[in-house]
Amino acid sequence: MTNAAIADAAVGTEPASYLEAGHTLISWLTTTDHKRIAILYAISITLFFFIGGIAIAMVRLELMTPHGLFLTSDAYNRLFSLHGIIMVWFFLVPSIPATMGNFLLPLMIGAHDVAFPRLNLLSWYLYVFGAAFTVYALLSGGVDTGWTFYTPLSTNYATGYVIAAAAGVFVVGFSSIATGVNFIATIHMLRAPGLTWFRLPLFVWGMYTVSMVMVLATPVLAMSLLLVIAERAFGLPIFDAARGGDPVLFQHMFWFYSHPAVYIMILPAMGVVSEVIPCFARRAIFGYTFMVYALIAIAVIGFMVWGHHMFVAGQSPLANLVFSFLSFIVAVPSAIKVFNWTATLHRGQITFEAPMLYALGFVGLFTIGGLTGLFLASVPIDIHATDTYFVIAHFHFIMVGGTVSAYMAGLHFWWPKVTGRMYSEAWARFAAITTFLGFNATFMPQFVMGWDGMPRRYHYYPDVFQAWHVMSSVGALILAVAYVLPLIYFGWSLIYGRRAPANPWNATGLEWQTSSPPPKENFLRLPRVEVEPYAYSDTDQVSGANNRMPVRAQGETA
Amino acid sequence: MSDAVTALREPWPDLDRQREGVSVGIWLFIASEVLFFGALFLGYTVYRTLYPEAFRIAGAQTDVFYGGVNLLLLLTSSVTMTFGVDASRQERRRTTLVCLGLTMLLGTAFLIFKGFEYSADIAKGLFPGAHFPLQPPQTQLFWAFYWVMTAVHAVHLAVGVGVVGVFALILWRRLLPIESPGMLGVATYWHFVDTVWIILFPLLYLVGRS
Amino acid sequence: MTTDSFMTAASDYASEVDNTFWVLVTISGLITLLVASLIAGFSLRYRRGSSARRGPLPERFGHEVEIGWTMATLFLFLFIFWWAASNQLSALDVPSNALEVHVVAKQWMWRVQQPGGAREINEIHILENQPIRLVMTSEDVIHSLFLPTMRLKQDVLPGRYTFLWFTATKTGVFHLTCAEYCGTDHSVMAGRLVVMTAPDYARWTSAQPEADDLAHQGEALFFALGCSGCHAPTSSIHAPDLRGIYGHAVPLADGRIVTADEPYLRDSILLPEKDIVAGYAPIMPSFRGAVSEDDLVKLIAYLKSLSTARTLPSRQAGEDEVPTGAQ
Repeated sequence: MTNAAIADAAVGTEPASYLEAGHTLISWLTTTDHKRIAILYAISITLFFFIGGIAIAMVRLELMTPHGLFLTSDAYNRLFSLHGIIMVWFFLVPSIPATMGNFLLPLMIGAHDVAFPRLNLLSWYLYVFGAAFTVYALLSGGVDTGWTFYTPLSTNYATGYVIAAAAGVFVVGFSSIATGVNFIATIHMLRAPGLTWFRLPLFVWGMYTVSMVMVLATPVLAMSLLLVIAERAFGLPIFDAARGGDPVLFQHMFWFYSHPAVYIMILPAMGVVSEVIPCFARRAIFGYTFMVYALIAIAVIGFMVWGHHMFVAGQSPLANLVFSFLSFIVAVPSAIKVFNWTATLHRGQITFEAPMLYALGFVGLFTIGGLTGLFLASVPIDIHATDTYFVIAHFHFIMVGGTVSAYMAGLHFWWPKVTGRMYSEAWARFAAITTFLGFNATFMPQFVMGWDGMPRRYHYYPDVFQAWHVMSSVGALILAVAYVLPLIYFGWSLIYGRRAPANPWNATGLEWQTSSPPPKENFLRLPRVEVEPYAYSDTDQVSGANNRMPVRAQGETA
Repeated sequence: MSDAVTALREPWPDLDRQREGVSVGIWLFIASEVLFFGALFLGYTVYRTLYPEAFRIAGAQTDVFYGGVNLLLLLTSSVTMTFGVDASRQERRRTTLVCLGLTMLLGTAFLIFKGFEYSADIAKGLFPGAHFPLQPPQTQLFWAFYWVMTAVHAVHLAVGVGVVGVFALILWRRLLPIESPGMLGVATYWHFVDTVWIILFPLLYLVGRS
Repeated sequence: MTTDSFMTAASDYASEVDNTFWVLVTISGLITLLVASLIAGFSLRYRRGSSARRGPLPERFGHEVEIGWTMATLFLFLFIFWWAASNQLSALDVPSNALEVHVVAKQWMWRVQQPGGAREINEIHILENQPIRLVMTSEDVIHSLFLPTMRLKQDVLPGRYTFLWFTATKTGVFHLTCAEYCGTDHSVMAGRLVVMTAPDYARWTSAQPEADDLAHQGEALFFALGCSGCHAPTSSIHAPDLRGIYGHAVPLADGRIVTADEPYLRDSILLPEKDIVAGYAPIMPSFRGAVSEDDLVKLIAYLKSLSTARTLPSRQAGEDEVPTGAQ
């Protein structure tokens, strides 16, 4: 196919971009082009982001008053459950890997596509299939177990559509696994000549480590949900205390996946930030080797800390001690990354385009989120703070302040590459700053009210907390505006945006050495890598960068 | 025409690399399956440790004959599959297809026997619930794991039979050459499903029978 | 309810937890300030076009600094772990004079049984400066008893007992709430922890409806349910003697030796085949379905009372008369 394209194309004409290789809906729905699959994912997860967002907007509106506004308790419970399920599995887990990972991974390593392109398409269909179950559950009335599906509430007592919701998550998990298998094989087997492991961009390392976690952790979630479904459908005793079952066994199985899951959500984000900061500081990332080992350490140790979600669940004090200790250890590599990103700024030539604003916001918010993790790793503190808004604030600092900020940073950074258009920098910077402010206004009050004793998943609450809830809800409104703005200016840019050159940011990385948007086969001449990554210098020009259209070579094989 | 049909597909630069890639991919998938079944084995182990006597009472009710026959069927099917892989590497078309066919047959026979075994189990009332015939109640835990473990395994086996069948069809219709890298992937999956049964057999059929 | 009913530290342990909390807030605040000022500072000083000095850093500077701050971080985090862990460990020993209060959680209320027999719904009345040990179980789903002013919570599980102990040092009315999502009315499954001075507590106790204490009620059940038929010393059935059983070491048929605590006693009644006592046949029937959680509380209280000098009254198998005035 590649040879044919080279042979048939007339000398001097531009190669067709991947966006033009087929205009029908069918060509999109049957594509095996990783770039198109990335777009399919991007549309899907954006849709679910807003569905999950509307759910929580209703929740935050309801929480403006302590005695409820317009929802029954059942409706309220189903809304927060759906918010969690959708945001975790249908937005955050796929977000960066399935969109940016799919689009950029082959480009960054100089390959034509991922290792198994048809498996890639299948992974999107698995996502859609899983989403269908979840939408069915939503439209039928929702599920009210929380995103955590604890037994025996979920197996014996909940009245919502537990089986449909759990089935949706079960299916979408296989989408994760398929993506993970594909990425690992791609990185092992399809790197361009000269691209050794320690010349890989940190984004690629992020994709590699996240894929390992996805492949090894997700199956355990799948089994735990399968058992919940089977128990609920067939009256099995596995988690039924009356027949000798142990409901806490479910928690062990669930959190064995769900703790690594939060690392699934943060490792790609760290990869994105490690690409953006060096580019806009014009300086190589500080401590590349430590950064690589930190990613690996987080992925590995992340499998050993799940019990810190269960300090009050009835575990032994010894188990609590061990999980607490390991949770402190896993925080060390994250701290190192924060230091290294900060140190990268030292002696740089820093500019503040939107990607950089989001990336710097990430570093600050992730630091706060991570530090509050230390609070929760301390058993006596956690005994008080667990199941309160303190925990909600903690994980939203990481997942929203962290991952969503990084997702936005990446979206803006690679938008020109993906679409061939520049977005409005002024509006983007405004949205970035509004996001940062709205986010803090939403979640800082939650730390305070959580420590003061405000439990989570509460429809009605004691009057004393109303002021904090109102503050938080107003912040959420600001945040909502900040998230809607990009829809508008990105959409506008697709039609009216200035056309992007191959390398608008003068960034290093192989993806910038092909056109914006790239041709279907990514590179007309596969690159050879001879330099270290992040070869930024004091000058504006990146050495070896090619801002012109890539040259076709005669007789080059794929 | 077979020399024009190539197994090489995008984005692989050459067939050797593609073969290796298929191997990497299938083993990663097997790793995820190990964790999938592993969670189930963990649950079984926890409860067997807590209630050894109940597991002994419950385990005595499984049918060793069915379990043993099924074990032999799957072991044999792994042998036929291995012969198939060998034949495929040597580009021996008829042998490959025959071996794939036999593998499918043996796998299907397993599923048929399993069906008979299930109806016998149900006739004895051995499904957890209000009318479960054994005491104490923890015996229902063993049987819950019996049903879930064998059902999940059976689903994997059925998928395996389907995949082997489709692959054999593709080879027969010459859509791929006989030495296609996919053969290794199919075989590895099949051996995995067989291995799971090798582990399940003592856990479900040899408990309480020492 | 005022803010005090949530936020005040009503025990010495709660104050220690608050100390740890504020130490952590201070450390986190300093680190956040450090990172934020470095980012802001570098962004300002090294913005494009500024006159600050650029150029590469010396190679050794990179490695030494990296190892340095890695070790510093590790030691800081291990210090925090050690500080928190010592707090946790010192809180593990339950004082022997702790008063036991039984709590049964169900959707969506808390049923409380005082040792003296008084029953409460959604309220626990206790004496100040008296160690209290809550023995808790659930009738349905997992709940969690949260006492914010004690800085304590513990999940309450079906089929198991979980425990919480504390000593209130402040009197007042404090919040008590469910902290594990348990269904529709999770957010209104709240109540009050009422800590009283001695005179007030005495007054409250005497105002409670007349009731036998738990051990007496348990004794009545012990005969009504037929337990004495096998466990009385004169019974012809070979069953373990229950005198002094609570807290005793019990040798089991599989070779283990376990302590007869509340979970053991509960399991012996509901799952008698789980831990067979050495030298006895597994013939005890299960009483699941015949005893409620409240009944179990009373039976266990009775069995615990047998660890005093009382002897098990000898009765013929089949007699179910409640002993009057027995002491």
